[in-house]
Amino acid sequence: MSTTETTASGIGPVEGAPGYSVENPAPVIEAPRKRTKKTPKSTRGNFEMYGWLFMRLSGVVLVVLVLGHLLIQLVLDGGVSKVGFAFVAGRWASPWWQVWDLLMLWLAMLHGCNGLRTVINDYAERANTRLWLKALLYTATVWTILLGTLVIFTFDPNIR
Amino acid sequence: MPAGTLYRGREGMWSWVAHRVTGVLIFFFLFVHVLDTALVRVSPEAYDRVVATYKTPVVAVLEYGLVAAILFHALNGLRVIAVDFWAKGARYQKQMLWSVVGLWVLLMIGAIYPVLGHAARVVFGS
Repeated sequence: MSTTETTASGIGPVEGAPGYSVENPAPVIEAPRKRTKKTPKSTRGNFEMYGWLFMRLSGVVLVVLVLGHLLIQLVLDGGVSKVGFAFVAGRWASPWWQVWDLLMLWLAMLHGCNGLRTVINDYAERANTRLWLKALLYTATVWTILLGTLVIFTFDPNIR
Repeated sequence: MPAGTLYRGREGMWSWVAHRVTGVLIFFFLFVHVLDTALVRVSPEAYDRVVATYKTPVVAVLEYGLVAAILFHALNGLRVIAVDFWAKGARYQKQMLWSVVGLWVLLMIGAIYPVLGHAARVVFGS
């Protein structure tokens, strides 16, 4: 092939490079990270994306649940001074507040657990430290969620 | 210390730091709070005895701090959601942070009497 051949695009010959044209198209080069049938399946899944989404969704719900909780417990009706067994019994007599507290417990614990998981991943540099801190975190979270759930479901106003 | 150790600084980083610190504090309180509430399954007396500590002046000040942490985390969390999901969120993140701080200050002033009033009456007499 002559290197002095002019191409339709008007681009002159470049040191030994063939001039491409409609008749002589350049080879197609695949994008480096393009997913093809030959690309192995990702083994990671979308866990972190769902975690990110959960933080935002649970966060919006928790703003309502927790600020409502603070308003009832610390502001209305004399603030914290009215809180006691009788007050709890009165509130948990209503399924509305049982569901409110149950939802708040689960969402806040999972939201906080995922937040602390991120903090551990960020600051604990040794793999073993991360493993043990997260094992402790998950154990404490599961126990606290179960304990709280048990308390809400088995609450007995006539315990004494 | 080498220069540039402090990552960027300014509003973006400090709001992130504050969000982290308040989040961890709230989570640790949550463990304690579930445990103290679990005492309603033990006996009314056990529960009332623990709740009595929540009514002491010193713990009232801690409660005020807890309210401060929760309010900041809640308001700044809404800002983070706006930055992530609102098309113009990133552009207005500074303005939103100062709105968060302004609203937080107002709410904290509003919370002084309801949260600390009881403690003030105990300390100074009513």
